[in-house]
Amino acid sequence: MIKRSFFKSKYLPYLLILPQMLVTLTFFYWPAIQGIIQSFLLSDPFGRQSKFVWFYNYIELFTDPLYLKSIFTTLVFSIAVASVSISLGLFIASMANRALRAKALVRTMLIWPYAVAPAISGIMWLFLLHPSYGVVALAIKKWLGVDWNPVLYGSDAMVMIVMASAWKQVSYNFVFFMAGLQAVPKSLIEAAAIDGASPFKRFWYITFPLLSPTFFFLTVMNIIYSFFETFGIIHTVTQGGPGGSTNILVYKVYQDGFVGLNLGSSSAQSVVLMSLIIVITFLQFKFVEKKVQYGG
Amino acid sequence: MKLRKLSVILIIALGIAFPAAVFAKPITINWWHAQRSARGEVVKNMINEFNASQSDYEVVGTFKGNYDETMNAGVAAFRAKKQPHLLQVFEVGTQTMMLSGAVYPVFKLMKDMGYDVDWSRYLQAVLSYYMNADGNLMSMPFNSSTPIMYYNVDMFKKAGIAPLSKSTPVTWDEMGEITKKLVSGGIAPAGLVTGWQSWTQIENYSAIHNIPFASKANGYEGLDCELMINNPQVVNHITRLKTWADDKRFMYGGQKYQGPKSEFIAQNAAIYIDSISGIAKLKKAVKDFKWDTAPLPVEAGTAKPQNSIIGGASNWVLNGHSKAEYKGVAAFLKFLASNKMQEYWHMETGYFPITIDSYESLKAKGYYAANPFQEVGINQLNRAIPTKISRGLRLGYFVQIRNIINEELELVWNGKKSPQKALNDAVARSNVQLRTFEKTYK
Repeated sequence: MIKRSFFKSKYLPYLLILPQMLVTLTFFYWPAIQGIIQSFLLSDPFGRQSKFVWFYNYIELFTDPLYLKSIFTTLVFSIAVASVSISLGLFIASMANRALRAKALVRTMLIWPYAVAPAISGIMWLFLLHPSYGVVALAIKKWLGVDWNPVLYGSDAMVMIVMASAWKQVSYNFVFFMAGLQAVPKSLIEAAAIDGASPFKRFWYITFPLLSPTFFFLTVMNIIYSFFETFGIIHTVTQGGPGGSTNILVYKVYQDGFVGLNLGSSSAQSVVLMSLIIVITFLQFKFVEKKVQYGG
Repeated sequence: MKLRKLSVILIIALGIAFPAAVFAKPITINWWHAQRSARGEVVKNMINEFNASQSDYEVVGTFKGNYDETMNAGVAAFRAKKQPHLLQVFEVGTQTMMLSGAVYPVFKLMKDMGYDVDWSRYLQAVLSYYMNADGNLMSMPFNSSTPIMYYNVDMFKKAGIAPLSKSTPVTWDEMGEITKKLVSGGIAPAGLVTGWQSWTQIENYSAIHNIPFASKANGYEGLDCELMINNPQVVNHITRLKTWADDKRFMYGGQKYQGPKSEFIAQNAAIYIDSISGIAKLKKAVKDFKWDTAPLPVEAGTAKPQNSIIGGASNWVLNGHSKAEYKGVAAFLKFLASNKMQEYWHMETGYFPITIDSYESLKAKGYYAANPFQEVGINQLNRAIPTKISRGLRLGYFVQIRNIINEELELVWNGKKSPQKALNDAVARSNVQLRTFEKTYK
């Protein structure tokens, strides 16, 4: 049953999509094209002189071993953030779905962290985990005897920003999984239960396949989130350090472009970042989506 | 009819008689700065004082965010031809501003507007940071600081260490002994912690010992300069800090000042190297121990240590305004450099007064006798005439270079690289930045 509308006038549809086209053109295509042009230029920040240098900015980037490392760091970071936040979101959603009392209250409380700005989330985690004044950090050091020091050790810093970024995103995932879980027909699960399927099997063979569209959607969204929106967390918590170990691509774009005023290199990095995210999303659609079972 | 004619004549006559008073509004001078909270209030008071002191000009100060945000705002405004008259820019942006072609050099402005300024009555180590290769002042220094050493007096007493001199620096060898006593005696969890490591441990270390940071007189004499910080002296210094880090005589507290400062306040470290602007912060935050200040350590055998170098920001006059407006800018800059304003600024914020006269006037009033902390930095800055090497640094993409140095040093502290390798890499990576910068302006 697909509904189709027909317009009498040939031009009306175009007129109706015009506002959206204008918005997209001005706020997406135009800056993107500007960025692509800028990436082929070397120019001073005041815009008094710019030179066309072909692929100079790109060559500089890809001959810099640290840039390649930054790409790798970004991939590690985003995979970690996505898997932690999706699995936790799913876990909490399936638990909350079984809550008997105060279901609405539990749900609302769990959604709250999403309203926290990334920078605030970063500061909060910093107050917990900073080696010299973090409450949790001091406890870890004292009772577990772990030499926890994200200011000095790259892996500790990575753990800290993954936690701060994933924590915030858990609520987002929770909302979608919650909605997805409620759409799973009760009768299917009850039938399986009568047939003697264990709770885990019921989840794995019934709930999970039915959740796969949500799962797929969230994977894409979380990867994009960890690529771009985690900027505030990095900025407040580690500033890319120590030793560049948490310098993800979007933070480097900011450092080089906004703080360092190297517009050419920063634009080239934005173009690389954009291409990377297009490729990743494309791959997800190409290979992962095949396994997704949409309803109907 | 007659009445109307009369009133027209009257109005014209009035207009001729009191042109400025009746019809002209004061000329607005826009100043974009990066000072907020307590310092922002001080800036506001200075502006109000200027506005109240005369009626031709009205300075409007606008807080534009932190240093990089302010500079970006200035850049964007200049591109849109809506630039302010005065823009505060941090010291690392000096080279970019100088080459921008967007500025009206301050020495020229003052001359053009009929002010005969005796620049020799200014603190030379401050001015030299903002001079071009010919020794002409390009921007007006505003807030300038330099790193000094803070130490925990109580811990020193407990360890039986004599208080440090406020004028003669200790040597790094003595520092090794002092920190050893503090740490091995179990008096302090760690010895030394430092804020802004590139600025304090490499830039200032080089200046004080007159070691070139970069070729071409630290970049003053050409864009084709290269970094030189992988020299034996600096490598030795970093190696020493690394060995100290291994036995807790040195601890790494982060790139900026927040981490190191909190380690000092929490008494996790007995000695703390940071900008003189830390004085005000420590006064407020430290309640349970006594602390004091001392000049930065020097290498044993340094007969005459050079001046340390400054950090902070200066005010740039931007192009594209009328002569009448520039007259106001010049008047305002002169007002800011007056004794009264400089003394007020120094006492409220701890940043240096920029003229010798205001320093001497404060001294005569007994300010330094009452606030001995404050004089350490000024003496360290004035103890020698700046050489071509100690006068400052003039590097393109300096922000990126400092980031690179920070990254490489962190890899030394966490043991991933040897000091020599890290500094070699820092030089190689920075030179790539310098070449890109050179290519942009060639």
